[in-house]
Amino acid sequence: MAEIAQDMTTRRVRHGSSIGQPLTRSEGPLKVTGQARFAADNLPPGTLHAALCVATIARGRVTHLDVAAAEAHPGVVAVMTPDNAPKLAQHPDEKTNPFCFRLDLLQDSAVRYANQPVAVVIARTLEAATEGARLLAPAYETEAPRIGLDAADPFTPPAIGVGQPPEEHHGDVEAGLSAAQSRIAATYETAAQYHNAMEPHAAVASWEGDRLTLHMPSQGMAIAQGRLAGLFGIRPQDIHIESPFLGGGFGSKGLIGGPQVLACMAARLVGRPVKLVATRPQMYGPMGHRAPTRQTLRLGTDADGRLTALDHHVLTASSTFDDFFEPSGGVSHTLYASPAISVRHEAVRLDTGTPLFMRAPGEASGSVALESAVDEMAIACGVDPLEFRLRNYAEVEPISGKPFSSKALRDCYAQGAERFGWAGRSKEPRQTRDADGLLVGWGMGTATFPALMFEAQARAEIRADGTGTVEIGAQDMGQGAWTALAQIAADGLGLDLDRLTFRMGSSDLPNAGIAGGSGHTATAGGAIHAAGQAVIGKLADLATNDPASPLYGAGNAGVIARDGRLIRRDDAERSERFEDILARAGHGAVEATGKASADPAAKQTYAMHAHGAVFAEVKVDPDLGQVRVTRLVGAFAAGRVINPRLVTSQYYGGMIWGVSFALHEHAAMDPRTGRFLNDNLGEYHVPVNADTPAMEAILVHEEDAHVNALGIKGVGEIGITGTAGAIANAVWHATGIRVREIPITLDRLLG
Amino acid sequence: MNRFDYSRAASVAEAVAAAARPGAAYLAAGTNLLDLMKGAVVTPGHLVDITRLPGLDRIEPSGDGGVRIGALVRNSDLAHDRDFARAYPAVAEALLSGASAQLRNAATVGGNLMQRTRCPYFYDTASPCNKRTPGAGCAAIGGATRLHAVAGWSEHCIATHPSDFCVPLAALDAIVEIEGPGGARTVPLADFHLLPGDTPERESVLAPGELIVALRLPPEAAGFSAHARYLKVRDRTSYAFAVVSAAAMLRLDGGRIADGRLALGGLALKPWRVKAAEAALMGRAPGPEVFKEAAEAALAEAKPSGEANAFKVELARRIVVRALTLAAAGTPERLPALPASPFAASSFAPGAAHG
Repeated sequence: MAEIAQDMTTRRVRHGSSIGQPLTRSEGPLKVTGQARFAADNLPPGTLHAALCVATIARGRVTHLDVAAAEAHPGVVAVMTPDNAPKLAQHPDEKTNPFCFRLDLLQDSAVRYANQPVAVVIARTLEAATEGARLLAPAYETEAPRIGLDAADPFTPPAIGVGQPPEEHHGDVEAGLSAAQSRIAATYETAAQYHNAMEPHAAVASWEGDRLTLHMPSQGMAIAQGRLAGLFGIRPQDIHIESPFLGGGFGSKGLIGGPQVLACMAARLVGRPVKLVATRPQMYGPMGHRAPTRQTLRLGTDADGRLTALDHHVLTASSTFDDFFEPSGGVSHTLYASPAISVRHEAVRLDTGTPLFMRAPGEASGSVALESAVDEMAIACGVDPLEFRLRNYAEVEPISGKPFSSKALRDCYAQGAERFGWAGRSKEPRQTRDADGLLVGWGMGTATFPALMFEAQARAEIRADGTGTVEIGAQDMGQGAWTALAQIAADGLGLDLDRLTFRMGSSDLPNAGIAGGSGHTATAGGAIHAAGQAVIGKLADLATNDPASPLYGAGNAGVIARDGRLIRRDDAERSERFEDILARAGHGAVEATGKASADPAAKQTYAMHAHGAVFAEVKVDPDLGQVRVTRLVGAFAAGRVINPRLVTSQYYGGMIWGVSFALHEHAAMDPRTGRFLNDNLGEYHVPVNADTPAMEAILVHEEDAHVNALGIKGVGEIGITGTAGAIANAVWHATGIRVREIPITLDRLLG
Repeated sequence: MNRFDYSRAASVAEAVAAAARPGAAYLAAGTNLLDLMKGAVVTPGHLVDITRLPGLDRIEPSGDGGVRIGALVRNSDLAHDRDFARAYPAVAEALLSGASAQLRNAATVGGNLMQRTRCPYFYDTASPCNKRTPGAGCAAIGGATRLHAVAGWSEHCIATHPSDFCVPLAALDAIVEIEGPGGARTVPLADFHLLPGDTPERESVLAPGELIVALRLPPEAAGFSAHARYLKVRDRTSYAFAVVSAAAMLRLDGGRIADGRLALGGLALKPWRVKAAEAALMGRAPGPEVFKEAAEAALAEAKPSGEANAFKVELARRIVVRALTLAAAGTPERLPALPASPFAASSFAPGAAHG
């Protein structure tokens, strides 16, 4: 299913323009009635069930698997181990591009992290496969694992994030610090976090010769096709991926997970379709995570509270076998003006799975440290935290000196502060109690996220009956792509939504790149917009060159498409229906393709970021230390808003991630074994409804002529930045206690 | 999960007979047992489904003026029973502070007593655990112990009992009615759960095949209804086990404490009734000094089982003072919307009525 009927009976539509309308989700009725088919809902005839057997040690090798016991279990069809796993065309440790990460696909007996798959059991039922996997009872040769940021020697990685330099400097930080009137130095720790999307990584794989059909939640189908093609030695176009809906991705579904490839291998081994769904604990290891960080910030200011230096040192971790380094220091490149900035990253290698992209990778963990440090610096200078940020407002990107393509951050500060009532904040901490005696604190943080563009293509068609189709292999993770991209498509074709067929979520459609980096609406939307322009251009050529058309000769004046008609730009009285243009031309349809990618010239010239300001109120029990966020106001400027309802929802979601980051998320690991202690949704805490405060998201107007054709900056991740720091700062303001270990837990507030 | 037999019992006698087989386990709502089976933490060979046993789902007066609660009464049904909640408000508050609405709608009174510890090492079959495999060792000791016991633990086990419900029950001298191969018997709840000692695999006094059929609260338990609270400190506002919790109940007479009850949760492998603290309250006028004395008495014997849980001792002292203060102030007219939470009073929505 790669198409959703645009049912307008339940959705109010203003005809003539779709972009900017607060439409509800087009796939909403399917989801709330259980009709939306997620990957694991597919069961092709003859499907067998696979279960992973995963390593219970973090380092060593498997010395024995009781294959006979598993095979003897009723219902078990096959046991896939390194001995009989289908041979791959390429070793999964071979890296062919920067987005290619090493996978554990039963190549040998080595164990490099806890929960690494070491075998797969395929059976007629899930229950039999699961029990078969248990019966394998692996035996090991175990080595002592290296767990925690102090367990190995730090080194400077060659690159962090996606190819960014590990160190960047501007000015002389040590001189700036020596010259400073006030100085602070503080070290903040952030915990390892796991994505924990509601929908686990699933794959339903079936082969027909060398053609593979795969139902799999994916944030990047074309990248997955490329990876699978390399591993199996087949053509990418022979791999068909269906991914109409995701139950959340948060970055963990950007790249195909090892267990999903194992499902394809298992299907090949048994010659039948195979379904594999990772269990919740099995998601802790082979699917990526956010690495822990230890960040030391040193700031200095002059007598006016203006920064003289900003030094941001990050220690983080990757796995022993691959490279992903959380780029936490990036936020210090862009946010605050300082004559001297130094950002350095170091890392250790640990016996864990490889960390990967997770909910604002780098920005989220860096933001909580930077915003806490800025708060500490403002307090040390005796300046209100908002005033401090205004005094250090960056008019150009501090690290590069480039102008911003647009930056409405001052408006964000002003509107957020006004709405929150920031002016009434007491300067000293621990001054305010509510009627029940709970401590009340207010804090703020600046939000920032880069405006990224990837590459995408789209196809558009207008038919003789006046209807249209737009197709793109885009992915909806729950953020509302089905709806927002259809709005862009409808506007591009000048059609009302109910005249548009919109298809996405399948790899057979034009490549929409990755739904990640908060860049999907800009990128996929840009391609859709370009395809729309191209097809309207073809239609306009037909009309303006046809003497029988009322638009004949309008060439230079141009035409616009609206309400299923082409309309002369300088004379709205002269127009013609799409149907009539095509009928007279004798065409059944016109079609065109379009593409979008980052504009290198704009990238060269401008710094491009979304910004925001988040204000938080917390209440803290003065004796028991329990914390509750009671109010969040976020004001964000992120360029053009396609659908304000969905954008607001994205900001809410991001701010709730921020609550989660500040107070809850922490993957607990036994330091002796590297095994997880809370690998379930009962004990890996994320906010429940009772933790979710009254929230307000203000959509601050911002126009950007440089980021991309539509002026979109992206809203998916910015909400987590700023928020966690605002909460940490509010906890200080409530209690007078500065907690530098994130998440902030009640035991640290007992005084 | 392992292969197992399943039978549904039609009577208590039939259930007891079926469960006498080695490796048998009773299945009620299964809110804990099924998770344990899926994780291969327990692997019973035979499940005896007791959910259809007649007559065990009633809340009824007991002959002596107390109340008798059938073992299959659902947590939410008990908490929302008007008469019960009015007479035993701290029990209702404890029930509603546990788990989620969905779990409370399923979980049963008997099952609540039988729930297993949430010690992560118990749940991790790759870690040694003396509960799972006697003599294997305790991986929790020296591991991540932030939520582990600070009372009643041994060098063989430092786990805690996770129940909220059992905490006020212990304070109120609840009685457990049991039927088994040897006939019927009753055991005070305070004696029902066993401390780990050197047999942490033995968690209760139940002999193989014995079945909890009911709980009874004695007549004097209703005497605390005007001053009874349950308070639970959690790492998030709802759907979390207690870091530490307390049930505090007072009977006031002429401005003095005629009787006081205090039990703590999250401290030990059983609900932790603290009679020394109760004694410190007797005959005194309620107030901060008295409550602090009670708190000192309550935690006098406490001892952290790991560096990371040392804070729980001080936190427990403070929660005792707070719970007693709240109890002295009087049971609220309505159960708070956030039951047992420190944020109960400041919640955004009015609570459900006690009755």
